Amino acid sequence: MGPLIINDIISQNTNFFLAFLIGIGFGFVLESSGFSSSRKLAGVFYGYDTVVLKVFFTAAIVAMLGLLFMSLFNWIDLDMVYINPTYLWSTIIGGAIMGAGFITGGFCPGTSFCAASIGKIDALFFIGGMFIGIAIFAEAYPLLEPFFKGSFRGTPTLPQALGFKDGVVVLGIIVVALGMFWVGEWAEKKFPREEY
Amino acid sequence: MSESNKPKKKTRYINPYLGGVLLGLVLIAANFVSGRGLGASGAAKSVMVATVNTVAPEHAENALFYSEYNASHPEGPMKAWLVFQMLGVIVGAFLSGAIFNRLKFKVEHSPKITSRRRIIFAVLGGILFGFGSQLGRGCTSGSALSGMGVLSLGGFISMAFIFGTAFALAWFFRKNWI
Repeated sequence: MGPLIINDIISQNTNFFLAFLIGIGFGFVLESSGFSSSRKLAGVFYGYDTVVLKVFFTAAIVAMLGLLFMSLFNWIDLDMVYINPTYLWSTIIGGAIMGAGFITGGFCPGTSFCAASIGKIDALFFIGGMFIGIAIFAEAYPLLEPFFKGSFRGTPTLPQALGFKDGVVVLGIIVVALGMFWVGEWAEKKFPREEY
Repeated sequence: MSESNKPKKKTRYINPYLGGVLLGLVLIAANFVSGRGLGASGAAKSVMVATVNTVAPEHAENALFYSEYNASHPEGPMKAWLVFQMLGVIVGAFLSGAIFNRLKFKVEHSPKITSRRRIIFAVLGGILFGFGSQLGRGCTSGSALSGMGVLSLGGFISMAFIFGTAFALAWFFRKNWI
């Protein structure tokens, strides 16, 4: 059955319309969880507010489990779902640069759009910076291309890389996440905070 | 601040675990409909390419980044799933802000720093995130969250390095936040 667009169940225009609706859900959930506040987002790195940890990992677990069960029921063909390719070093260095951007800017791209749409002016400046960053990458692209396209490792999943079954790895991730939630709750009690 | 200085609940947010479940369902819906996850930086890239195509068409033809993108997107950069999804994000966040009474123009920053300092760091962070998301093929949503949702190894690496680096650098930037 799923993915709908790949199995030609819906038209391209319907796909774009559903993208818009899914986006509304995405933006609504991010904003109502507090992701439009840079001080709330940055809290996870100091322990005073771990909403990022809780929302992010709960979402990841729900999606993993949901997709596994849907595949079990033949509602979705996971072989047709896009698996992000692994380009080892560009992912590592790109991730590290994004991490530096997160702690300095207090947003990531998705949350900056949410914050800007409820009037956060600092988020608008973050978005402006983001376009500068993309432009710098674009101009430096001929130099960066070999690194960007190098160290390609295919499209493995974590269970494939570890040599375990999907379900076993997901169970392990759930246990780790529950442990992190416990640490998060503890940190919020230990470090004072105010609601922004 | 002590226990007696309890926060006044001016802004109400939903329970984070409920938010996480809902976000997970949204991510499942994205995969079910389009066979791909959510994303944000991809839409910013589309806007960037569309802008250069319009403002500096010669540069778009000559510069490898733009010519490669245009060659692989014959329908144009704006006719992309993530562009429509991001338009939805802006609407959805605005609706939530309206319902929970959070629509307000302001520069949010710690009382210990000035608005000017906050904005300088916001621009700097944006530049780093914009650059990093291109190098890393996606940001926190597209690479880390969506990647983890489909158990992609790259998604886990991305998540580990985004959050790991931010944690590692947190001490140096503590004045901005606490």
